[in-house]
Amino acid sequence: MSTVFIAFQTNDDTRPIIESILADNPHAVLDEQPAMVKINAEGSLVIKRESIEERIGRRFDLQELQVNLITISGHLDEDDDQFSLTWN
Amino acid sequence: MDMQASKKKLGLKEKYAHMTRGLDWETSYQPMDKVFPQATFEGIKIHDWDKWEDPFRLTMDAYWKYQAEKERKLYAVLDAFAQNNGHLGVTDARYINALKLFLTGISPLEYVAHRGFAAAGRNFPGVGPRVACLMQSLDEIRHAQTQIHALSNYNKHYDGFHDFKYMIERVWYLSVPKSFFDDAFSAGPFEWMIAIGFSFEYVLTNLLFVPFMSGAAYNGDMATVTFGFSAQSDEARHMTLGLECIKFMLEQDPDNLPIVQKWIDKWAWRGIRVLSLVGMMMDYMLPKRVMSWKEAWEIYFEQNGGALFGDLARYGIKVPECLAQCSIDKEHISHQAWATFYQYGGAAAFHTWMPTDDEMDWLSAKYPNTFDKYYRARFTYWRDEAEKGNRFYSNTLPMLCQVCQIPMLFTEPGDPTQICYRESDYEGEKYHTCSDGCKHIFDDEPQKYVQAWLPVHQIYQGNCFPEGTDPTVEGFNPLAKVLEWYHLEHGKDNLDFEGSRDQKNFDTWRGMATKNT
Repeated sequence: MSTVFIAFQTNDDTRPIIESILADNPHAVLDEQPAMVKINAEGSLVIKRESIEERIGRRFDLQELQVNLITISGHLDEDDDQFSLTWN
Repeated sequence: MDMQASKKKLGLKEKYAHMTRGLDWETSYQPMDKVFPQATFEGIKIHDWDKWEDPFRLTMDAYWKYQAEKERKLYAVLDAFAQNNGHLGVTDARYINALKLFLTGISPLEYVAHRGFAAAGRNFPGVGPRVACLMQSLDEIRHAQTQIHALSNYNKHYDGFHDFKYMIERVWYLSVPKSFFDDAFSAGPFEWMIAIGFSFEYVLTNLLFVPFMSGAAYNGDMATVTFGFSAQSDEARHMTLGLECIKFMLEQDPDNLPIVQKWIDKWAWRGIRVLSLVGMMMDYMLPKRVMSWKEAWEIYFEQNGGALFGDLARYGIKVPECLAQCSIDKEHISHQAWATFYQYGGAAAFHTWMPTDDEMDWLSAKYPNTFDKYYRARFTYWRDEAEKGNRFYSNTLPMLCQVCQIPMLFTEPGDPTQICYRESDYEGEKYHTCSDGCKHIFDDEPQKYVQAWLPVHQIYQGNCFPEGTDPTVEGFNPLAKVLEWYHLEHGKDNLDFEGSRDQKNFDTWRGMATKNT
């Protein structure tokens, strides 16, 4: 199976996002690099709005992810509730 | 009292549908094929433009909002960097030469990308891709501007940053990235999308921005990290657009497959050749290295590209043929490129040097199959000679590849001691290319590549001297005149790092920053 990934800048905005992703995707692997956090996952990865909102205590629009996003790999599908990456 | 908004906001899918559909009309004064003349000549068949969907579902209102936020974050860092003499915080002044190469070789491409996506947006008849191309066009000019702003802080203090937009049109090694974009821009809009949207953005941009910018962070250069990551946050969208474009073409008509495959093969190879410059930056120009070129290649090209091509196999797309050669080349190209720049350091707008013993040990460890065997002895010899006062500069001009425009410096895939070149005949003339990949591209469209503006040919034809130069006068020094024409000041912008003005100034200023003198 192929690996999808997503990388964010390392900062206070992304910490709860990373926590949510790791909680929602038990198969995901964290790779911390200088100034950057990369999450690799076999097959697919999902980011859930609700999980982030629980951690930050406010409403969150998934498009806010773009501000700190560095790169992705995989087919993307985004709607109001989740942001997912998959390889066929 | 707070006003309560009564209506629920539109969902992402609904908003996207409203803001990217139904914005166009059927023309009546002129037939549609005259209004969109570039949409058909490449042979790509599109039956339903509405099938195009941006998976980010980004609309213009959200675009402005998030881009503004990115800009605020970036400029806060740039201000802090300038106010705190951030340039003195970098590992050592050799690092700054990587930035010179970036500003002269990459930033002008961002500007061309801006123009190219504006043109693609104009030329596609479908509204969905037109909106996506508009956003990317705006992103690209933002990248050009933010890079120029960020690096202007270095221009205040160091040589070689002074005339990038003039140099891109003239300087020999800058014709490599320039010709890549010229080739793409002079093709049709669909090929442009494969060249830039897919090959450059999806397959290769990770190799440019991610390890290099992580490297900038490692080397204490917060300004560059920040513009790099700020640009890269847009790239995630560009990559998605490139991938979407491929899928869209392949799903619209089975006849599109061979055309798309040909472009993938061509642009994968073109892009890989351009990235030799990045390989050299990573392995030689970052004093503190984050990962080797070979490691970056394995993560971002072999693994990630492998996943991508595995996925596209369902459409009948095959892995580009050049990849077999790439798995050999990844052990060599950065060393071969740096060796070339070292020898031609008299004609480059940045400084070059030989690695220290520690750095050579790092290279040996990262390249156990090749560095000690093929490169270390040569590099040690050059360094020893330089220490004795015999710094070697080559004064002849190399032959360039007719397609990628890189000097013939790469070796045969099966023999790292033999320079690789290929030859084609076209209309009674001989043309040379650096590899099977470039020869294949030449042979497919010779009428395009015979027009290439090759810097070495142009110098020999006398087209690269300042106006009024008389090459017949006694003691004429052609190299000096070419440098003058490049706007490159001999003794300041070029030559070895050791003994350079940058080196002296950096040491003096850093001393002033840490002592009371």
